[in-house]
Amino acid sequence: MEWLFRPWPWYVAGPMIALVMFLLLMMGKNFGMSGNLRTICTLCGGEKASDFFRFDWKSQKWNLTVVLGAIIGGFIANTLLSNNISVAIHPEVIEKLKTLGFESAGSAYLPEKLFSIASLGNVSSLAILVVGGFLVGFGARYAGGCTSGHAISGLSELQWPSLIAVIGFFIGGLVMVHLILPLLF
Amino acid sequence: MRTIGYLLIGILFGITMFKSEAASWFRIYEMFQFKAFHMYGIIGSALVLGVIMVQVIKRLKLNSFHGDPIVFNPKEKSIARYLMGGIIFGLGWGLAGACPGPMFTLIGAGFPSILVVIIGALLGTFCYGLIRKRLPH
Repeated sequence: MEWLFRPWPWYVAGPMIALVMFLLLMMGKNFGMSGNLRTICTLCGGEKASDFFRFDWKSQKWNLTVVLGAIIGGFIANTLLSNNISVAIHPEVIEKLKTLGFESAGSAYLPEKLFSIASLGNVSSLAILVVGGFLVGFGARYAGGCTSGHAISGLSELQWPSLIAVIGFFIGGLVMVHLILPLLF
Repeated sequence: MRTIGYLLIGILFGITMFKSEAASWFRIYEMFQFKAFHMYGIIGSALVLGVIMVQVIKRLKLNSFHGDPIVFNPKEKSIARYLMGGIIFGLGWGLAGACPGPMFTLIGAGFPSILVVIIGALLGTFCYGLIRKRLPH
């Protein structure tokens, strides 16, 4: 049982994600997490601002239930299925991050520089979290899907639009990590 | 009954996101540095199985658990929206280190500051809804 408490290797995680997609297809639904952000906007009264948010949110109740499950899953994974959540990334990446001031690289799950409670009092790290989230939300809706909807579902269905979106995900990610992040830290 | 099914699927997904470290900012950074196979292995193996699964469902014309035919909705043809939207999403993914699924998983895992990212993502979604008619699609 010891393996269960260690980080799961890719060859366990990948098939598990495929299983999640399969189960949703068998429930008659399509795997896609970012659509929930739109539903939550509608629930917060977004329909007054744009017809984009005018739809029957009850048709998306199933997906909000999946999100609730994903939250509970995070709780179970961290409290019951983990004893050390340090992420053992590549030593060269740890070194690189330390030179950028990410002291917690290699010894935490998320960088303390951005995600610790104390960092929330720091305007620049707070701005990074808000802007990062903003771009994810805006881009996912503009592209019509995120990692689950395009990179997993869409590509599995061999849909060309999803391939274009995934190429976009990587262009954006590479520009951020190689060109913009070094300017921010 | 169905609600419990969706909840269990979500729990499975959340546990997988956390335990595979796909919900870790560090893993996303490492992926874009091309220093480890981990994230590519996760997405790649899910994808290979996904392609096989979709082909089997289509060829055998499998029905869902409820007996309805399984339909795949073709995405509308365009380049601009997928490329532009994709790049914007990627910039955010590289910065916040979390995509929409793991964001929620991290709340449950006990990282309250991820709520700031989620509020940002809701604002981004809301702004897209406001200006989408003026964007090239």
